[in-house]
Amino acid sequence: MLSQILFYFFAGVAIVSALMTVTRRNPVASALWLVGTFFALAAIYTLLGAFFIGIIQILVYAGAIMVLFLFVIMLLNLGNDFEPDFRGTVWKVMAAGSALVLLALLVRVVGGTESLLVATGGVDLVAAQVAEYGVVGAIGVPMFLDYVVPLQVTGLLLLVAVVGAVVLAKRDV
Amino acid sequence: MLRSYLPLLILLGISAAQAVGMVVVSQVLSPTKWTWVKASPYESGIDPLGSTRERFSVKFYVVAILFIVFDVETVFLIPWAVVMREVGVAGFVAAAMFIFILTVGLIYEWRKGALEWD
Repeated sequence: MLSQILFYFFAGVAIVSALMTVTRRNPVASALWLVGTFFALAAIYTLLGAFFIGIIQILVYAGAIMVLFLFVIMLLNLGNDFEPDFRGTVWKVMAAGSALVLLALLVRVVGGTESLLVATGGVDLVAAQVAEYGVVGAIGVPMFLDYVVPLQVTGLLLLVAVVGAVVLAKRDV
Repeated sequence: MLRSYLPLLILLGISAAQAVGMVVVSQVLSPTKWTWVKASPYESGIDPLGSTRERFSVKFYVVAILFIVFDVETVFLIPWAVVMREVGVAGFVAAAMFIFILTVGLIYEWRKGALEWD
């Protein structure tokens, strides 16, 4: 009961912050409202029992990714009386179109009678793993035994990010 | 199970209430008399030299992105640290390869001088 009330509270906070994010004119204010969305999402993850994902959400998204967003805003000097690049009917149509595609995806995923995870018995599988290894271990055991190749690909992806950032920023000009 | 997160919720509530409360109370209780000096940005008593909305150097961005990469690496290594005994040698080899790939990146940025500030 209490967790249901908390879920609706944090879901409301997430939706309101998300709306504030897209309606603010000042990009820095948008970014700060986005932090509110991240915190509400982290609380929802924790309510679902996935506290590890929740704390990672705060550390990586609200902490690190948000700093990157703010740096981009400041690097592009968007803070004051900028001329918006995305004006005119074409951009409005494109924005509405991509919003509709996202909405259709959301309806398709949520609107189904039963999610794929429930239908294939994955929920019980996850519950058994959590009971045996704990919340963090249920992520760690499959990641380091069954999904080694995706893990290494992720490592390569991070390597590409390092090399790309250094190549772009340390270019001799 | 969720009961153990109750202190966390209380902490979240108190910190949010305190942050909002301090702003609201100071708005309500303080006398509001506008003067030029009070409204100007304060930095060690020096008169403002110009707008603070200046372009940042790209160096800050490099530091931030290099931080994120190793932040995410840590996120991937925490689950390994938790189940190190369960996954055994196979898990150790997988983690070692993962760390090796990222160490290549670290050596690259070190040699390129991306860790130097100038």
